[in-house]
Amino acid sequence: MTIAERARRFSTLSISDRDRLLYGVCPHPLSCGLSLTIGAGTVFPEVNFTLPPITICDDTWADIIAQYEEMATQIVRRAVAMAVPGIVLEFELLPAMTERPEWGAEITAILKRHLLAAHEKHHLASALRVTPTDIRDQVKPPLMRTGEPWQRLRRSFELCAEAGADILSIESVGGKEVHDRALMYGDFPGIVFALGVLAPRDMTWLWGQIVSVCSAHTGVVAGGDSACGFANTAMQLAHQKMLPEVLAAVVRAMSAVRSLAAFEQGAIGPSKDCAYEGPVMKAIAGVPISMEGKSAACAHFSPIGNIAAAMCDLWSNESVQNVRLLSGNAPEVFTELLAYDCRLMNAAAGQGGALQMRDWLTASDEWLSPQAVVLSPAATIRIAGAIVAEDTPYRQTVAAGRVAVDLLKEGAAAEKLHLSRKEQQWLQRIESALYELPAEESVLIAALEEQYGSLYDKASYGL
Amino acid sequence: MAQESALHDAIVNGDDKKARAATAEALAAGVAPMDLIQESMVPAMDEVGRLFEAEEYFVPELLLAGRAMKSSMELLKPLLSAAGQKMAVRVVIGTVKGDLHDIGKNIVASMLEGAGFEVIDLGTDVAPQSFVAAVEERKPQVVCMSALLTVTMPAMKLTIDALKTAGLRTQVKVLIGGAPVTRQYAKEIGADGYSENASGAVGLVKNLLAGA
Repeated sequence: MTIAERARRFSTLSISDRDRLLYGVCPHPLSCGLSLTIGAGTVFPEVNFTLPPITICDDTWADIIAQYEEMATQIVRRAVAMAVPGIVLEFELLPAMTERPEWGAEITAILKRHLLAAHEKHHLASALRVTPTDIRDQVKPPLMRTGEPWQRLRRSFELCAEAGADILSIESVGGKEVHDRALMYGDFPGIVFALGVLAPRDMTWLWGQIVSVCSAHTGVVAGGDSACGFANTAMQLAHQKMLPEVLAAVVRAMSAVRSLAAFEQGAIGPSKDCAYEGPVMKAIAGVPISMEGKSAACAHFSPIGNIAAAMCDLWSNESVQNVRLLSGNAPEVFTELLAYDCRLMNAAAGQGGALQMRDWLTASDEWLSPQAVVLSPAATIRIAGAIVAEDTPYRQTVAAGRVAVDLLKEGAAAEKLHLSRKEQQWLQRIESALYELPAEESVLIAALEEQYGSLYDKASYGL
Repeated sequence: MAQESALHDAIVNGDDKKARAATAEALAAGVAPMDLIQESMVPAMDEVGRLFEAEEYFVPELLLAGRAMKSSMELLKPLLSAAGQKMAVRVVIGTVKGDLHDIGKNIVASMLEGAGFEVIDLGTDVAPQSFVAAVEERKPQVVCMSALLTVTMPAMKLTIDALKTAGLRTQVKVLIGGAPVTRQYAKEIGADGYSENASGAVGLVKNLLAGA
């Protein structure tokens, strides 16, 4: 990819002092939705919710609508009861709701209606984030820029923007068709190819499209993406002992480059909650970020429950099903949990203790897993610095990977981070592979053609 | 014997080129294909499985071993067919209708292959009728279904119902898995088994077939 194809390239850090990389504040606060300003000193809960097991079809649509009405009513009720200073609701469309864009738009309108009513009645500041599903990988190899799935995805963005979305996001999957295979085989050149060549190309194109949709709808902002399908997949598989933890941590650091492409194209945050690479976005682009950790255990386990909060501007639960718990339905329960998490962080900040709180959140996790090592404020600044020092996504990806390896090696050498013998062997393998990569991406593309060429559509990546 | 040992080691080390070469040498030396499978390949994959369970191996080592075994099998399959011998158990696997998530399903498929099963992978977003057609055409003993979304779990029941309607349900064992899936749900929809993880799925298939 030439630099000219990228609308903007970040060559310096927006935050270069790690002690300025704090939760609740960022260089470019974002005003959006109903009287909400994110990143200006307050952390807000971002509540995400989904359906219990149910088939989505015409016959069940009335039940589904009722479920979302119920969830919105209860979340807003709890937010008001907790006197939150503001709240973000995230509606992640399910695949069927993106395939039929009118369905996603209908629920978007319902959720917005609840937020508008709460704003009017209780002055509850809020924003609605809407995240269509990236359905472009329905065919093999996926067609990213053409075809029916892309048309429906584009339409979904447009209709949701018209229906009341304040923030548009996506967890895009460009490059995943190669990354999945490479990751499972531990093939590092393939991983770098997916993360550093294919994914940034797709991100650049896709976010150009999303930003143009937002530009056509007053008040709708382009939020950000997530490397969920790449780095969170790796993290979860590592958590299950299926992949080395060090591999997942290096993938996390490298994935920041593809997620950064959204901000190069004009996204202004908040980045997606499951984008644990978010702090790197904040350090580079200065945008507010959403994060998830301990209070997202309803959706998935993680070794970074506290440290993930250290630099967040929104604090999310990732996703929870609308099921009954003893106190109430789960989305309402998690609204209260998030509200208390945010209240503590905001109280600490209000008393001048944000840096101390951030450091406690960091220290409690930092050396207990490779994934946490690459997420500390200090690590974030180093990874971000390595990225902006390079001039192409491929080189940036390699640079981020090398810094991650250094961070893990330094932690192990200092006997702060315990790595098993197998993990150490893998770290050595990864380091060797990183330094054996060709300097130019064109050489890598050619070298991997036989191995991965059939998995992706070249035109989808401008190749 | 040397070639058989070389084949065993090549598979354990995930070296497909060496596995293929050792297989060719063993065949040239007159070793029977089925002996190679039983004396070298199955013990090798058992060792790989043991190393995985002991957390000495991760999935990449497991898959590379499976790839090495597959490369060896490519040489053996025509010989086995010619002799009228076939793989013991056939498994059809897929992610259910509406669901595009396939990493978990792929891991299970690879581990089943590694355990010596013949695996027919239908991919993702597999409609109930596609499962039915695969059972009719390929005559598997086992059907495995995966779902990652709560809203695609019902497709598992629809698939089981479709197998019943087609009169095929009693011919296969049906196993289900995936993040939101539970043992209780498996029971509710009439599946024969549920596994929380990939290695458990392999054991489950073996146990179900042993009890069949």
